[in-house]
Amino acid sequence: MKQPEPRGPVSSLLLETLSGPEQRTSGSRELIAAVDEAVAATPDLAFDEDLQLTLFCLFELHYGGIDGVDDSWEWHPDLISERRRLEQAYESQLRSAVSLPALPAPTSAGVAAGLFQLTGDDGGPSMSRYVAKTASEEQVREFLIQKSIYTLKEADPHTWAIPRLTGRAKAAMVEIQADEYGGGVPERMHSALFAQSMRGAGLDDGYGNYLDAVPAITLASSNLMSMFGLNRRLRGAIVGHLASYEMTSSQANRLYARGFRRLGYDDATAAYFDEHVEADAVHEQIAGRDLAGGLVEAEPALLEDVFFGAAAAMTVDTWMTEHILGAWTAGSSSLRTSSTVSA
Amino acid sequence: MDRRQLVVAYVVDGVRMSATQRDAYDDDGSPDSGASPSRPLSGPRQTIVAFPDGPLLVRGDFDIVDPDGKPLRRSRKTVALCRCGASVLKPYCDGSHKLIGFKTEPES
Repeated sequence: MKQPEPRGPVSSLLLETLSGPEQRTSGSRELIAAVDEAVAATPDLAFDEDLQLTLFCLFELHYGGIDGVDDSWEWHPDLISERRRLEQAYESQLRSAVSLPALPAPTSAGVAAGLFQLTGDDGGPSMSRYVAKTASEEQVREFLIQKSIYTLKEADPHTWAIPRLTGRAKAAMVEIQADEYGGGVPERMHSALFAQSMRGAGLDDGYGNYLDAVPAITLASSNLMSMFGLNRRLRGAIVGHLASYEMTSSQANRLYARGFRRLGYDDATAAYFDEHVEADAVHEQIAGRDLAGGLVEAEPALLEDVFFGAAAAMTVDTWMTEHILGAWTAGSSSLRTSSTVSA
Repeated sequence: MDRRQLVVAYVVDGVRMSATQRDAYDDDGSPDSGASPSRPLSGPRQTIVAFPDGPLLVRGDFDIVDPDGKPLRRSRKTVALCRCGASVLKPYCDGSHKLIGFKTEPES
């Protein structure tokens, strides 16, 4: 991923630190002090440009890396310490903001039914209905740009969970992820189908190439899954997060496909959305019963975190949708730099 | 007949071997009585999972064909087959059962 532009003192210091060789002394301790100060001062971490970009870059060291940054920075203790501070603050914000439903019995059937009910009750604004009926060409391009931050690495954050699961839950996760990764056919990988949609809409399909254009809340949505995926402690939450994504996907993607065709885009551009209608109708069943239900039957203490992960996914993505639709309704762009779209 | 020959025989026959199927052989490598290369062995091969209020999930080695035996479009190993009748992707599920409030009979 190319180096992003910093958005404040903390991301600026981080990117400056990362541009040098890894070192155990100097520089990085300053980072920790800067993070502590910024975390204490921020009114809303989920919408904090500087801190969400910082967290995104720290996570990126564990994915594809950042151009010009030495790979050996990945496990630098001061960076891990910085990441943990941001994660703790973000998790704590979400634990207070997210309301959990009444928890079901810790059985596969109970967990599946509870998750279907939670995800079916979503009363938030609907991006998919807007795209289906109303969005302009410019707006669907923005929609793709917003989505690209996660979707060009679709499935990767949940894959971190595989070695932390066992038995039925693990087999279910692998079955879902194998399908996400195209069942052995690289062109069928969901991230590759999404790249095809971006090209079809005349956009740059390189991972992270629109990072500078997207707002903090879009990074917060991606950071949520990276945080859940990279912390074994939160394996219940990443499983709930995936279940919630699968359970809210089929119908939404049918509407997205309709919107793209309404605007005259071809089948190749809509293929990503078509694929998800069918794929996620399979995945949601496996995710509810075998993945989430199987995990809770094996580890009943994770019941609450499974529901926390699912509810947190819906909360953060509702914030993101409100931001985007709010901007569009006001006649403006949902991006930080709208020039990127027409470039 | 040793185990290796049996594996080859069954792969040629288009039947995927699983650990459970291998267990269907006696320790001396001969098949349990009744098993023969022309008949798939016992054990989990294809399963159809009937999800309450949802689709039929089919997992394993199988073909989905039209009445003339012609394969239908299929893009994944495990498929969900529509049971509520409302899918626009039939025979596959598209999640429509949730929108129409489809209910299956209570499972015993």
